[in-house]
Order: sequence, then C-alpha cells, then structure tokens
Amino acid sequence: MNNETLIPVIGVVTDIRIDTPDVKTFRVVTPDGNKPFEYMPGQCAMLSIPGVGEAMFSITSSPTNTEYMEFSIKKCGCLTDWLHKMEVGQYVTVRGPYGNYFPVETELKGKNLLFIAGGIGLAPLRSVINYCRANRDNYGTIDIIYGSRSKDDLVDYSEIINEWMTEAGVSVHLTIDREQEGWDGHVGFVPNYVKELNPDINKTVLVCGPPIMIKFTLNALKELGFTEEQVYTTMELRMKCGVGKCGRCNIGSKYVCKDGPVFRYDKLGALPDEY
Amino acid sequence: MLKIKLSKLPILFDALSDKNKLYIPADTKGGARFLQYENGMTMTKELNTVRSPKDLFFPQTENLMDFKLEGKKIEVIDTREECEDFVIFGVRACDVRSFEVLDRVFLSEPIDTYYKNRREHGVIVSLACNRPEETCFCSTFDIDCANPEGDVASYICGDEMYFEPLTEKGSELLLNLSCLSEGSEAPVYECKRNIYEIKSKLPLSTLSAEKFGKNMTEYFNSDKWDELSEACLGCGTCTFVCPTCQCYDIKDFDTGNGIKRFRCWDSCMYSDFTKMAHGNPRVSQKERFRQRFMHKLVYYPMNNDGLFSCVGCGRCLSKCPISMNIVKVMKKLGEGKDE
Amino acid sequence: MQEMMKKKAIELLQSGEVARVLGWKKGEFDYDITPAVFESAEEIENEFIYNSLCSPNLSKYLVKESRKEGKTLIFLKPCDSYSLSQLITEHRVIRENVYAVGIECYGKTDADTIKEKGIKGITKITENDGVLNIETLYGTEKIPVYEVLRERCVNCKSKKHPVYDELIGEEGETVDDCERFDEVAKIEAMTPEERFAFFRNELSRCIRCNACRNVCPACTCEKCVFDNDASGIAQKAASDSFEENMFHIIRAFHVAGRCTDCGECSRVCPQNIPLHLLNRKFIKDINELYGNYQAGENIGNRSPLTDYTQSDAEPNIVYERGGKDNA
Repeated sequence: MNNETLIPVIGVVTDIRIDTPDVKTFRVVTPDGNKPFEYMPGQCAMLSIPGVGEAMFSITSSPTNTEYMEFSIKKCGCLTDWLHKMEVGQYVTVRGPYGNYFPVETELKGKNLLFIAGGIGLAPLRSVINYCRANRDNYGTIDIIYGSRSKDDLVDYSEIINEWMTEAGVSVHLTIDREQEGWDGHVGFVPNYVKELNPDINKTVLVCGPPIMIKFTLNALKELGFTEEQVYTTMELRMKCGVGKCGRCNIGSKYVCKDGPVFRYDKLGALPDEY
Repeated sequence: MLKIKLSKLPILFDALSDKNKLYIPADTKGGARFLQYENGMTMTKELNTVRSPKDLFFPQTENLMDFKLEGKKIEVIDTREECEDFVIFGVRACDVRSFEVLDRVFLSEPIDTYYKNRREHGVIVSLACNRPEETCFCSTFDIDCANPEGDVASYICGDEMYFEPLTEKGSELLLNLSCLSEGSEAPVYECKRNIYEIKSKLPLSTLSAEKFGKNMTEYFNSDKWDELSEACLGCGTCTFVCPTCQCYDIKDFDTGNGIKRFRCWDSCMYSDFTKMAHGNPRVSQKERFRQRFMHKLVYYPMNNDGLFSCVGCGRCLSKCPISMNIVKVMKKLGEGKDE
Repeated sequence: MQEMMKKKAIELLQSGEVARVLGWKKGEFDYDITPAVFESAEEIENEFIYNSLCSPNLSKYLVKESRKEGKTLIFLKPCDSYSLSQLITEHRVIRENVYAVGIECYGKTDADTIKEKGIKGITKITENDGVLNIETLYGTEKIPVYEVLRERCVNCKSKKHPVYDELIGEEGETVDDCERFDEVAKIEAMTPEERFAFFRNELSRCIRCNACRNVCPACTCEKCVFDNDASGIAQKAASDSFEENMFHIIRAFHVAGRCTDCGECSRVCPQNIPLHLLNRKFIKDINELYGNYQAGENIGNRSPLTDYTQSDAEPNIVYERGGKDNA
C-alpha cells in the first residue's frame, strides 16, 4: 500500500536542553541516527507520544543542519507536560514536514531582514535566522529584536549570545518586560522597543510571538511606515491531520496546516478575523 | 439497458452478494440505512437513508494504526489491509455527488489511503428518485435526480428496474448476470419525464446557490449569524447525517496491550473542536455555526472550482432538532444580495 | 390561541414589561418550526407561530436568556412548565427575569411522526378543529392530530402548569390514568439478558451527536464531563462498542430525580432511540422506593435522591419489607 502521511516514523530524543523554566529544546534523530526528513524554514512536524497525544510543532533547527532536527517546546498542556518529563533515549513519533515556509528562496532573497520575536515565538524564526546565516550571501542585513517576560525566559540564550551577537552583519536587540537583577539590557515590551529602534523601512519583517504582541507590533510597524506586504508571520491553530483534511485549523478558506503556517500580512488581512 | 422484474430483485441481490459484499438501503428502527445484504433482506421504500452512505468510505470510527510501547521504545504497526470489493446499491443522485465532494478532500495530495482503499473497491449503483420530497433541493447544485451518476444508474419503471452501466466498473458488474434481460429505453425515458414533472413542483426548486462561493469576508461578517444561530443546540446531528461533512478527530486508545490510534467523525459544532491549550478562536456557538455553513457555501467552493459542499439531500432539514438548516441559512444570508 | 399569544407578547413588549419573547418561529415549510427570541412587535406579527406542530420545549433557553438585561417572556406548555420549575429549583434560571405565560396544550405532533405514517412530500399543513389537512406533492391527506401525537403526548402526565405568571386558555389537571410506565413495566418483565439485549440494540444506533444531552433541560452543566478531552470519554469518539451505552447510562443517572420526563431526548434523536425509557425507569423506581415524586411539580421540591427522611432505606430493605407496595 502507498505511503500514508498519518502514519509517523520513529524519532529518538538524543539531547534535551533546558532553555527556560518552561521551555525545553529536544533534539530528534531516527533510530539509525539520521535526520528524520528534509524541510524548509518555518515548516512544522507532528510529534506524538502514542497514548498521550499528537500535536504540531514548528521545527526550530535550520534545514541546513544535516544531522538532526530540533524542537523548542513550551510546557502548556497534556502532551507538552509529558514531553517535558522525557529523558534522553525516549522514542517519539514524528511526521511531516507540513505547511508552507518563509519564502527564503524567493521573496526574501536579497532583502534586509528584520526578525521580531516574543517568547517562544522565537522557535519558528530561529530556523529561518540560522538558514539565512548559513546562506549569508543571499541576504542583506539581519536584525533581530527579541523579547520575553524575563531574562530567564529568553529561549536559545547561549546561541544568541555566542553565535548571533558575535557575527558580523547580524545585530541583536534583546528586551525583557520588567526590570530584573543582573540584566543591564533594554527593558520594555517588544512593540515599544521596535518603535524606539526605529528600523529602516527598507527591511522585510518576520514576526512571531503571542497574538497580542503580534497585533501591537504590526501597529508599531505601520506607524513607522512599513506596509503589510513587508511583513510575514506564522500562525498556530488546533490541528489533527496536518494536511488540510481534518477541518479544524482553517481561517476562512485557508488551512493553517497546509496553506500556512506562514502568511504575508496583507494576505492574512483578507481572511475572516477568526484566529 | 438491462432490466429485471422488481419481484425478482432478490435474485439479483443474491447474485451480486455472491461475488461481492453488497450494501442496500434497508429499513431499521432508526429509519432506512445502508446495510450489508443478507438473504431475505428487502430494499426500503423510503426516499433515502437517515445516515448517508459516506459511512462506507469514511466510517464513523476506524483504526489508523497500532503502537507497541516498551520502556522508552515505540513501535509503529501499520494495520492497513487491502479492502474487499463491494457494491452499494440504490444510492441517490445527491449522495453520488457527495462522493465527489469527499474525493476532493481525501484524494487530493497527500492522498488519504484509508479512504482511497475503500473508494477504489466500491462500485456504486445509483437510483433515480421517482418520488422526491419537499426537503429535496439537489437541483440547486446542478444535480439531476432523474439522471444519477455512479458506475451503474438504475431506474424503477412500473414493476421493473432498469440498469444502465456508466463506467467500465459498472459494465463489469452487470456482466454475466443471467437474471437481467435486455430492455428498451422507452420506459426509462417515461420515468425521467415523470420525475422532471415532479421536480418542477418541488418547493425548493427555485433555490439558488449563485450568490455563494465568493464574498468570503462579507458573508463572514454578516449580522445575520446571531439570529440564525440563536437556537442552535450545538449538537452534531446535522454534521453526522450530512453526506459531505468530513471533519475528523484523531485519538489514541490504550487497550492495555498497546495503543490504537483511531479517527472518528468530528463536528465543527462541538465546543472543543478548535480548543487549544491556550484558548479557542471560536468562543461561542455562533462562530461554530457560522463555520459549518461558511465551509459548505463559501470556503469549500472557493477551494474547489465552485463545487459546493452541499448536495441538497435534505437530511439536515428533516433531522435538525430545532429545524435550523442550510436552506434557511442560504435564504437569510442571501437576502438583498445580487446574484 | 396563536392570536391571543401574539397579542399578549406584543402588549408586554410594547409596555416594556418584557425585553424579549421566547417563542416558536415559522419555518420554510409549515412544520419546521424553530425556537426563537423575538424582540419587536413586527417580528412577532410576521414570524411568531403557535399550533400543534410547536413541539420544542423552550425552557432550557432561559438558562441563557434569563441572564440578559430585562425580563424574558416565555410561552410554556404544561410539560415545558415542569422543566422551568425544575430549572428554577436548581437555580439555573433566574426567576425574577422570567415572565412565564402558561398555554393550554392538547398534544403536539411533528414532521417525523407525520412522515412515519407514510405521508411524504409535504407542501402545506393546515389545522382545523383538531384535524390536519396535509397537502403533498402526491395528493392531499387528512389526519386528526390525535392520530399523530408523539408518544409523550399520548401518555401526557399533566395538563397543569407548576409555574406561571399568567395563563392563556384553560388550566388543566394532572392526568391520573396516564399510562406512561406501561412500556417500562414491559421492559422490567424481561429477563436480565433480554433487557440487556434490548437496550444494547436500541443504543447501538447512537451516533453520538449529543442532541439528547444538548436539548435536555436537566443537562445544564457549564462543562459536561463528556466534553472534557482529558476524561477519555470525551464526546464523539467511541473507543469501544460500549462507550455510547455508557454515555446514555451516565446521563440517565445524572438526571435521575431531576428529569421531568419532558421527552425532548427521544424527540430529537435522529436515530429514533427511545431514550425516555431509561429516564422513565428511574422515575418509576423512585416512585416505588420513595413514594410518588414528580420532578418539577413544585418549585423548591427536593428530589428523594438528594434528600433524606427517616423512613428512607436502601432499595433492598424496601423490597424485604414487603416489596414496592409498602415503600
């Protein structure tokens, strides 16, 4: 019988990194030690523990990583609680890749890029950031604005500090919501920080974070003169199949799992406001 | 054109069920339903079944795969098996069209192999509707109940039943059935003429869907949804009797000796349909109700070359506990809109 | 009757006594009547309907409507009035926000019941002196309403309104020779195996649409256990062939002592499952064990299952004392 997308393959968790008090990053390979499948930045995969549940997660690692896949997962429900209790060596099931991706080979090529992330919203953007870094000549400047509740909630902190911040042509601006001991960086919400930084409007923006953050960030960008055509975001709704058939993740006529998760803002705006 | 006396139908059923599994619409306490034919069973006199024949391609629950868990290890067991050939007899034109609606979902890439397996092995014998009812509005969707599609079309003319193969599969099915004899076209023509006469008198014969399949945000933002949905109980009756509703859920069941992952019909009318760990984009019944009708009348046709995800079978008209249905929605929503 | 009701509704809306009216609304055909909230005289004038086809019990809608600003007028048939009384007892409806108008009722029918008589292709139904004149695509039929009553109306338990602010029409009495328990007695007379097979067979048709639960005036939990994804028995997914059975059994237990026997569950079931029989069995048992008790008969009544009296005893003791007659 032909391949069935609903039937997953086995993944083995080979490394677990504790990012924040409620975010862990899991490294997954096949039992014979390979990357489970190829994908593009912004695409997602269905992870499952049989008997516990299955859910869609964005793939955090860059496609240019040939050895493994990584998922940064925030603890917020039944399955994610279970995943957080896992130990190295645990099998999971994985299927994908699902959805579209950030247009890194087309519309984004040659552009100056501005990444704006809030909290766990960095997870899908990290894949793009590292993809662009690995193909550095294809893109202009890379600016990253990243904020979280506190210093301890910044995901991938060591990679940000040791790799992104030290790289020429990449500038990183971090912010946290409230003053905190041991933090001498910027304090304040992401949308305000964006306004303060006043980025050049020749940039193409990729934004991901909590819905409220995205909403205010978009307003801030508009105030600065950005158009909706310059802004991309990635969405999340409840999903079961991942291939546009089970019928629950639609925004109007578009399925987030199949036609998304990446939407250019003007395209999203033309859809019913139900997300 | 082949024919048989209605009184000889059991002989045909026996012959068909010798070779394949055969499903016919038969009476049960819960109304007519497609049942696997057994000797002695007779076809219902009802116009249509309460549950649609979609069950036979997309069952209410089906096992997708098994898992064995051992310590940290997981084994995936593919439990799919090639399905046996089967025949569905007496499918109405509206329901035949519903298979095309389902095909567009399940047979588009990536193909749903569970559905495809059944679909490939099923032969459809359709049946023209001699006595359509007031709840019928298949013509709204350009379906002709006098000319049903399928692999074989059949017609009841007086005390005889006529068969016309429409596909290769259909011709093959009718091959070597000694109980069938050659018949002329004339009675079938007469039968169709009668149907057209009744069709023109159907109260919903003038209902048009022209206005739909476009203007997504305008319909979505219509202020009529509050009133239309106010009495909705949030049950899944409309969804489950609907031949084109195909939303599903996937769940795991711990048998105590391994995990079974199964899928089952789901309903966008249910409160948990879109519920996530951090909230629900459809907070009240109004949004859920709106989703169901927007999907059938606007979203689906937008994605499928104007094909509507409603076939006018009328099941929701007769089964909704509070008598709210797609016809009322189309009329209300379409008020004052130019075609 | 309909005209008196419309007049009353318009009068109370226009005087500002009520902000909205819960009633029945005309449909596409003469029989597909929908519960509706009317907010203007114009809506009442054009769309309000009351006749022998107004089957739905409106009282459950008050759980939501009575929490809105201003009073809601509701029209109640006697059996609907039992539901409202029970909902008030359970503090699920805010009594002060309700203007209850009791209406007389001689039994209701609906399209399903008429169509079961083989009358198909209905294009028009008119009613005159208790007789339905039904025009169909295939001819005209005349049938008296009493021949197409739903079971719950054939076995009507009461024509009295336990709760109302005003009555339109004659107030009736409880029906003493009501035979609603006869069917239950037949099931009780079966052997346990037959009984099990009977219910298994009936419930096997369940498609888990939840219509029975969602329409039930006794099912008003904010969050039903069957909607809890983590419960393992969440709606719609039948993980084994007994799950639907469990759903109905658990529901019957949960409404035991509170079910007024309004019969909505059986009315809405798209699979014709006689769900009311489960509930009626409980009612019959309660009557036999604790003395006659009718949920919803009086506001504030305590169900024997949530109350204690010194004469209460375990069922087996009641039977040991000399059977149900001495209970």
